[in-house]
Amino acid sequence: MSKAKPKRERKKSIYLDHAATTPVRPEVLEVILPFFDKYYANPSSLHTPGLRVKAVLEQARKSIASHLSCLPQEIIFTGGGTESINLALQGVAFAKGKGHIITSKIEHPAVLNTCTFLEKLGYSVTYLDVDRYGTVSPEEVEKNIRPDTILISIMYANNEIGTIQPITEIGRVAFKHHILFHTDACQAAGALELDVHKLNVDLMTINGSKIYGPKGTGLLYKRADIHLEPLIHGGGQEQGLRSGTENVSGIVGLAKALELAQKERMKESKRLTQLRDYLIAQVLEKIPKSFLNGHPIDRLPNNVNLSFLDVEGESVLLYLNEYGIYVSTGSACSSHKLEVSHVLKATGLNHDAAHGSMRFTLGRKTKKEDIDYVLKILPEIIESLRKISPVKMDVNKIWNRKDEKEERCRLK
Amino acid sequence: MKKKNVADLNKVDVTGTRGEPWLYTEKVKDHFFHPRNIFYTDKEAAEYEKEADGVGQVGSPACGDVMRLYIKVDKKTKKIKECRWKTFGCASAIASTSIMSEMVIGKTLEEAKKITPQDIVKALGGLPARKIHCSVLGDQALRAAIDDYEKKKIKS
Repeated sequence: MSKAKPKRERKKSIYLDHAATTPVRPEVLEVILPFFDKYYANPSSLHTPGLRVKAVLEQARKSIASHLSCLPQEIIFTGGGTESINLALQGVAFAKGKGHIITSKIEHPAVLNTCTFLEKLGYSVTYLDVDRYGTVSPEEVEKNIRPDTILISIMYANNEIGTIQPITEIGRVAFKHHILFHTDACQAAGALELDVHKLNVDLMTINGSKIYGPKGTGLLYKRADIHLEPLIHGGGQEQGLRSGTENVSGIVGLAKALELAQKERMKESKRLTQLRDYLIAQVLEKIPKSFLNGHPIDRLPNNVNLSFLDVEGESVLLYLNEYGIYVSTGSACSSHKLEVSHVLKATGLNHDAAHGSMRFTLGRKTKKEDIDYVLKILPEIIESLRKISPVKMDVNKIWNRKDEKEERCRLK
Repeated sequence: MKKKNVADLNKVDVTGTRGEPWLYTEKVKDHFFHPRNIFYTDKEAAEYEKEADGVGQVGSPACGDVMRLYIKVDKKTKKIKECRWKTFGCASAIASTSIMSEMVIGKTLEEAKKITPQDIVKALGGLPARKIHCSVLGDQALRAAIDDYEKKKIKS
């Protein structure tokens, strides 16, 4: 008898980058497909096929509104989180004509770069500091309000370090001072409360591709009485705020994704929190000179952000990649600007320690076995890279002194 | 006596990649996953440091790259006999130090001083544009080590 062929070991593929994007889940894929070739009519058309699609579109809007506890007309479909944020910030700014905006230093670039753009146009912006856990203080928000403040924009939960912001309290401050409040809830959707009344928000951004929906889909919740100036002009769709034929398949997928995310939120959050805390505790125990970035408790259920001293993030990432573990890093070497994460910098972490930060974001398919595999591989990688590292950092000196100057790194 | 190191950099399986597009050339990957002329233990490095003829270090942890380079020089021929190193940094920093450590062995000090960052980048088969500044460090570390050697020689 011939020997049995040795089984080829299947290469592991452990995706732990769900904060970057999520796969489209099968239930979502199933509902969106007919809208490409079967129900393809333009929802603005007055014939039967058009009206049928229009009905589906409005059904999706109603479904989403029910999850956000708002009116269907308060949902504006966009081409993603970045676009929603741009519409909220520029839309308010242009509608008001001038004024002051309050945001934080740890926002997503979609917020920060829109603010920089508005500053160029003459608006003024205050970028609030955060504490070492990455939390924005509602008192700081209130202290920075000026007579000409038109908008406060603070993210619901941070995409890099997972810190959950006191949105309800900040919303209360905004309400008290009659200032519009926008929150970027791209990372929070699927994990946290989305009732706009409980959150005290006037504007809220949600992205489809972070909640197992299709990419290029997003929405902006806009309280009915708020006037926004549109960014995209044309046929007047979405109440004139976002012209262009609606991405019907995407919207249907977004609605389905949000419905499922809301349905499974409590159970899934609980499961992920357990896995998250297991991963954190085990890494801190197994790997010396490692520590957690972000808030230990007020943190997204799927976010683990750790720093490993004496090693550089991109190297760790590439080694993990070889083992089929896919993650992100806050290291400068992996960014196109060669700058360390602005979020870690804002928490006061010094550059040395920020270079060794890794982000693991878990998802629906993440199992304990996957975490155990990471726990087997990761300490070995860190140990190997530390062996060839000439740097010996001091765990007690990872926080920036206030007077420390930005070190100018050679960039020829 | 040698303890088995499961995560030995030289034993990491790199054949597993499924053809995903890489940022780096095969040569960079090779040197990154199988770095040459490195130390396997801290003790080995500490002992080598004492007997090395020249030691040079450049970079800063805040900027994300630090290289420490050790050379041993043949007193008669003025040729570099051995070159070993430690690097903190990204894949291109590690790979560029590794390949440079191979390039300098057998070269005279004068020849070694002439190595430019471009030579290192060329030997690696190129680097992504935004990564090129990293490899600049290799030649600087080498020059620092040679300076150290020459200074020591004058003193003795």
